[in-house]
Amino acid sequence: MSATEAMPARAEAPADQAALLSVEDLKLDLRDEQGWVRVLDGVSFDIKPRETLGVVGESGCGKSMTALSVMQLQSPRYSRLDGRINFQGRDLLKLSRRQMSRIRGRNISMIFQEPMSALDPVFTVGAQIRETVQCHFDVSKREADERAIEALDSVGIAAPREIAKLYPMSLSGGMRQRVMIAMALVCEPDLLIADEPTTALDVTIQSQIMDLLLNLSQKRGTAIMFITHNLALVSQNCDRMITMYGGQIIEGGPVDDVLSKPLHPYTKGLVHSVPDAGRERGTLNAIPGRVPSLRAMPPGCRFEPRCPHATTICAREVGIEDIGNRQIRCHRWQDLTSITGGAQ
Amino acid sequence: MSSRQTESSASTGVPAVSVQDMTVSFGRSRTLVRAVDGVSFTVAPGEIFGIIGESGSGKSTLGRAAVGMVTPSGGEVRHGAVDPFALSRQQLNAHRRKYQIIAQDPNAAFNPRMTILESVMEPMYIAGMGNRAERRERALAMLDTVALSPEMSARYPHDLSGGQKQRANIARALVLDPEVLVCDEVVAALDVSIQADMLNLFWRLKRDFNLTYLFISHDLNVVSHISDRVAVMYFGKIMEIGPADEVMNRPLHPYSEALRSAEPEIAAYQARARERIILQGEIPSALNPPSGCRFHTRCPRAVEMCASNEPEQRELAPGRFVACHFAEEMLARFAPEGGGQKHESVG
Repeated sequence: MSATEAMPARAEAPADQAALLSVEDLKLDLRDEQGWVRVLDGVSFDIKPRETLGVVGESGCGKSMTALSVMQLQSPRYSRLDGRINFQGRDLLKLSRRQMSRIRGRNISMIFQEPMSALDPVFTVGAQIRETVQCHFDVSKREADERAIEALDSVGIAAPREIAKLYPMSLSGGMRQRVMIAMALVCEPDLLIADEPTTALDVTIQSQIMDLLLNLSQKRGTAIMFITHNLALVSQNCDRMITMYGGQIIEGGPVDDVLSKPLHPYTKGLVHSVPDAGRERGTLNAIPGRVPSLRAMPPGCRFEPRCPHATTICAREVGIEDIGNRQIRCHRWQDLTSITGGAQ
Repeated sequence: MSSRQTESSASTGVPAVSVQDMTVSFGRSRTLVRAVDGVSFTVAPGEIFGIIGESGSGKSTLGRAAVGMVTPSGGEVRHGAVDPFALSRQQLNAHRRKYQIIAQDPNAAFNPRMTILESVMEPMYIAGMGNRAERRERALAMLDTVALSPEMSARYPHDLSGGQKQRANIARALVLDPEVLVCDEVVAALDVSIQADMLNLFWRLKRDFNLTYLFISHDLNVVSHISDRVAVMYFGKIMEIGPADEVMNRPLHPYSEALRSAEPEIAAYQARARERIILQGEIPSALNPPSGCRFHTRCPRAVEMCASNEPEQRELAPGRFVACHFAEEMLARFAPEGGGQKHESVG
């Protein structure tokens, strides 16, 4: 059976509404055999209630690290966080471990890319969802089980009672991701962080999952931080977006504005490297080179070594600039917009 | 039936690859799985033939059988005029050089204890080509062709990025001077910017070496960008074959249409509000294939007939082969008169 559905209309997020999550000047250092290295450098962004924020960039640009920092899932022995993560009026970085674990899974929850490695293979999926409920609510096992089954039902699983008794290995990739979503939403969080939730799935399943995520979040008023490398998914599902590169935010703004008129050469490069049938073969715009290693970040603009428009000024450090409802971190954005009309 | 398909795309006569009513099955009796079930197509020399489908549709098995890595349980495969499965072991080894396959995961394709140069030289050693110095020279030249800098050649696989490893992987397939390359999800594991670079590289290599590609991917944008013609597979069968842009823009099978609709695009908000077909359910279990048309369990157009009668593959327009009871109706939507109205989908 199939259904033809219109895309869910996106609620206009009021511009003046107070932020649900406000990350300010976040810095993350991680330690390995060679010592400490800075992974995130001055990341600041907001998510408003009910809003969907897309976070894009190549692998290694700091998208997932930003998400893990909000959840504080890195080991404190090997990581150092600095800055402010304000969530519902509290700075998450000032909370005790105990206080933070009350927020995790209850007010903020997360879905990962590979559901097989996020689910525990030795417990049934029902038991794993029940555990989440019992962590946060003082309910009986029976009641928690009922909520788990309701949650499975709400993510479109046809026989929730039977599926709850199964182990993750007996489920397909799409079903596992539904289970993950059920688990993430069972406590009705205010913010959901989805880290590449559909990357491992087929397009047909991807559209089912995205549709489900958006509908559920809209119904319950959950804000979403949606991490992906797929610009088209951001274009279809998000209100605002930020582009990350080398552990910094380099551009941000409303999705339609950023994708139709990207200001940063890197965002432009990403937009124009998407293949399509109409384009002459052999002429896709690739971004030459690769993301520099964390220990060898260029001193000035981090994109300078790969940027087709780099000049001498780009060797100098560049801050992020606010222009109206958009942010941009580029010395030359004004020159480039006037030359290329911004939409090149 | 497939000989007709070449006429539209190439007039050179002998196809590079011809597959006739091929079946590949695994297991036996009750656990028998037909991964590929009665598939026919031909690929002309110099053509890029794309194969699209979800995971489990049998596209990788099809690619492997087409180059002779898996023995079909029925039907026939011809490489030019040669039947690869009729060759002796020795003949087959010599023949295989012309038919190479590049696999999806470059991490699994390299021996971690060999340098990139050694890995690229190895196929030539096995094939008994030249002496060591010649092999070395050819390997280095090929690494240069795929735009890997010479200092990479002395490194081990773990020192290379995914894109660089995939380049080395391509160089390794090319040193044997193949005619046909099966590219199985070769860009799936790469970032979009690297992916664009690789697709450009594949196109350049095809021109420079006059290669024929079987380009397998689940990514519609990728396949339709690079291919001349595409086949859409579902559950071991080909649902539709035709020129890439035709199948993309005017799909004649509900499955192709649904795939196209599921593929997200960068578009302004208004354009996004188009009606989308969201397929329900997943690909059925291979042990228990649906009766009739294999797609009927998920098809928005399915009627009773679809569960009992399997649709014949037929040519609806020159070079366009479709296996669906409603293909004529789908075609009529695109006809100049009476066309243009959107089909109402069964909810």
